[in-house]
Amino acid sequence: MIAPNVFEERTGQILVAGQAGSISCEQPSLSGAVSQRACVFCGSRVVLYPIADALHLVHGPIGCAAYTWDIRGALSSGPELHRLSFSTDMREKDVVFGAEKKLELSLRELIAKYSPAGAFVYSTCVAGIIGDDIEAVCRRVEKDVGIPVIAVQSEGFKGSKKEGYSAACKAIGRLVGEGDTSGISPLSINILGDFNLAGEIWLIRSYFERMGIQVVANITGDGRIADIQRAHGAALNVVQCSGATMELAKYMEKKHGIPFLRVSYFGIEDMAESLYAVARHFQDVDWQVMEKARELVAGELAGLLPEIKELRKKLQGKTAAIYVGGAFKAFSLVKAFRHLGMRVALVGSQTGTEEDYREIQEVCDPGTIIVDDSNPLELTSFLKGNDVDILVGGVKERPIAYKLGLGFCDHNHERKLALEGFEGMRNFAREVAATVLSPIWKLVPRRIGNTTSGTVYSTDPVEGRAS
Amino acid sequence: MTASAKTAPSKVREPWVSTSNPCHQCRPLGATIAFQGIEGCVPFLHGSQGCATYMRRYLISHFREPVDIASSSVAEKEAVWGGGPALLKGLRNVTEKYGAKVVGLATTCLTETTGENLGMIIHDWKKELETKPLSGPTPDVVPVPCPSYDGTHLDGFQGAVRAMVQYFPEPTAPHGGVALFPGFVSPADLRHFREILSAFGLAGTLVPDYADRLDGPALAETGPLPEGGTTVAALRALPGSSIAIELGKTVQESLSGAALLESAWKVRRRRIGLPVGIRESDAFYSILEEVSGRETPQELQLERGRLVDACVDAHKYLSGRTAVVFGDEDLAVGLVAFLTEIGIKTTLVVSGGRSGRLESEISRVTRSFLEKPPRVLDDADFRDLEECEESRTADLYIGHSKGYKLSRRRDIPLVRVGFPLHDRFGGQRVLHVGWKGALQLLDTIVNTLLERRQEDSPVGYAYQ
Repeated sequence: MIAPNVFEERTGQILVAGQAGSISCEQPSLSGAVSQRACVFCGSRVVLYPIADALHLVHGPIGCAAYTWDIRGALSSGPELHRLSFSTDMREKDVVFGAEKKLELSLRELIAKYSPAGAFVYSTCVAGIIGDDIEAVCRRVEKDVGIPVIAVQSEGFKGSKKEGYSAACKAIGRLVGEGDTSGISPLSINILGDFNLAGEIWLIRSYFERMGIQVVANITGDGRIADIQRAHGAALNVVQCSGATMELAKYMEKKHGIPFLRVSYFGIEDMAESLYAVARHFQDVDWQVMEKARELVAGELAGLLPEIKELRKKLQGKTAAIYVGGAFKAFSLVKAFRHLGMRVALVGSQTGTEEDYREIQEVCDPGTIIVDDSNPLELTSFLKGNDVDILVGGVKERPIAYKLGLGFCDHNHERKLALEGFEGMRNFAREVAATVLSPIWKLVPRRIGNTTSGTVYSTDPVEGRAS
Repeated sequence: MTASAKTAPSKVREPWVSTSNPCHQCRPLGATIAFQGIEGCVPFLHGSQGCATYMRRYLISHFREPVDIASSSVAEKEAVWGGGPALLKGLRNVTEKYGAKVVGLATTCLTETTGENLGMIIHDWKKELETKPLSGPTPDVVPVPCPSYDGTHLDGFQGAVRAMVQYFPEPTAPHGGVALFPGFVSPADLRHFREILSAFGLAGTLVPDYADRLDGPALAETGPLPEGGTTVAALRALPGSSIAIELGKTVQESLSGAALLESAWKVRRRRIGLPVGIRESDAFYSILEEVSGRETPQELQLERGRLVDACVDAHKYLSGRTAVVFGDEDLAVGLVAFLTEIGIKTTLVVSGGRSGRLESEISRVTRSFLEKPPRVLDDADFRDLEECEESRTADLYIGHSKGYKLSRRRDIPLVRVGFPLHDRFGGQRVLHVGWKGALQLLDTIVNTLLERRQEDSPVGYAYQ
């Protein structure tokens, strides 16, 4: 058995690399299993939140707005309207009599106060159930205020985070094509699926700009409504976090004829390959782009690799576990850990597809456990059973690791450390070392070797204390 | 809007329809915290998966502990055809895998709106168990309605406490214990209540007590559920208590567990403010003197003595200073009481709560010291706070970490208390209650002001 605490219904959602079989995924979460997943609203909020000059109004009771108030490191170089929390804060009478009027008044007063470049109105569970016609309200307000006012169909219960991504992509799709595309270079891209956590999109943009490529729109990190409106003028869509924005890329290909590339900016190989892939795309337009990409990669690696080599000496032989939201990150992380000489014992994601998991299987060493939509109980078993030294995940996974007495790296939306790009790989390696090599692990119960929860004292000799 | 919001304060408040930067959370959140305070309990939300996950993240950021909240993961099918089957499956899963002895079952806005009937579903669950028994003991399932559109996280907390009193008590011979209803306080506060009761030689049951589950030790072996919490046996024996002490006077009667214990089981109830500061704490200790029949033990009296001594030492640093207090109503009342005692003038009190009692409570704790009570806004958000002139001129903000943004913008220092504390370490260990808690608050407040004065000074005195 892989772990003693697996729910019977979930056995198909777990497999071992190197063994035959495919994974069951894209299922609704099992009731009562304490899934680490969120909801449709969360998916939409994740994608749209970083658009910094838009008003983000949550139409529902206060919770949905309260729990998403300024909780991510999605930075802006200008306006920071996205970091405020706006809600219609539905009350009982709104649920009984409908809250369209309240929504309309809220929209109008907030637009008048903040003069946003656009507005997104998020539907929530209750708004969906009582049947408020959010679309109609948005249309009405849009007509008067002269900015795009877009309804996001993000009722929490209507699927998982993925359906939320889809609703967000539809909302962005409504903006694309509305702006003036004059002056856009033939060597131009949109960056899709990067949310500018800890300023990452600035780093990635700078790489592309050093290759002579113009970035038209950030979708959505440090995003602006006007940029997105002219995004159809770009020659190529470069898509990271494919789960979140692939639908938009496909839509833009169909509607506006823009091809797309799937990339990842995490880890050395994937970052370099992302730049090369874009360079290859443009090499017929400008043969120098590839040369610039090579120069850039060589220059960055010259600084990075010696440091990685040093850290590898200390980390060699340690064991990692990965549990992240989207599967794309997992591929890159497996490779990144290899550079650090570390074994990956577990790879899991909340929302991976069958194809994602097939790819993970290919990239992982035999014996690695692969899991879809896991829960604290299973994760705890996996971590204990495989003598893991570090878990990579989000804030919800952090206490699972710490309580067991092992290291943790935050690779989710709250992070304040850039992990993308070559610089991000350097940060990642330092972060891994900082947690894995902490002296505290010598003092936690798990490492002292006791099996009870009683107090056990360190056996390390301390000067001046009787042994 | 509550009655009080419609009276004096609302006249000067901008009539906003929307809520911006809320000063409260939704009702089910509070219920999940209260349910953490029962031994072997899994809080369970009947609703969409996102609610449980968002709340876990919110709580984990404050407590820095694993916080498991189960969900029935209601999807479209369940929203339309009913979530009963999903809930039955979930109840089975948390019992079989997490070994839940108790399931604290709260609805959410979704399942309240679709009209789910928890009573009926629990009835079905019992019937199902007759034909499909569990492999272990059957858990107690404690239901509580939590319409997120009605009330705040505090109402959810109190509602869950009342649900415990509704569910567990059994006829019990008098045992002389104290039933203490502490309200939503920190794990450090709960531990201090235990210490105080034991110093008086009193046996007590805290309803609830999540101190060990939300602030636990490092472990070699972690079970599926953290250890600690008020035992089911203690909750069943509540009717044998000699007294029910309820802390917090803004608790609504209809949500009060102590009120139910009094009406249904004739346990004498005493209701006082949350014991924050000198006078509000005095009231608490004096009840304990009465119940135990003995004087406050020497070591506690010394805490009071040191507190008053420190307040004297500090008074000139504090004289004439002004503060804005925000957060949960009962904590705000206690803080204002204490600030008033030490000579800091509270000019504005803001809460997302809407008990309707905040204004009168603030007046109660300030009137013997102040000519004019501070301005009070309830059912309010941070935009309301920001728009008040008092929030520009204050020397100090006192409240939870959601006030940081304004504190930063206005360059007014923030003393962090209550919940949530997402931007500081050790939120679960902040002690607010009792004389000991007041002394810690005093140190923090004085040092915050001294630090500011030192930083602002061109001289940079190395002594104060």
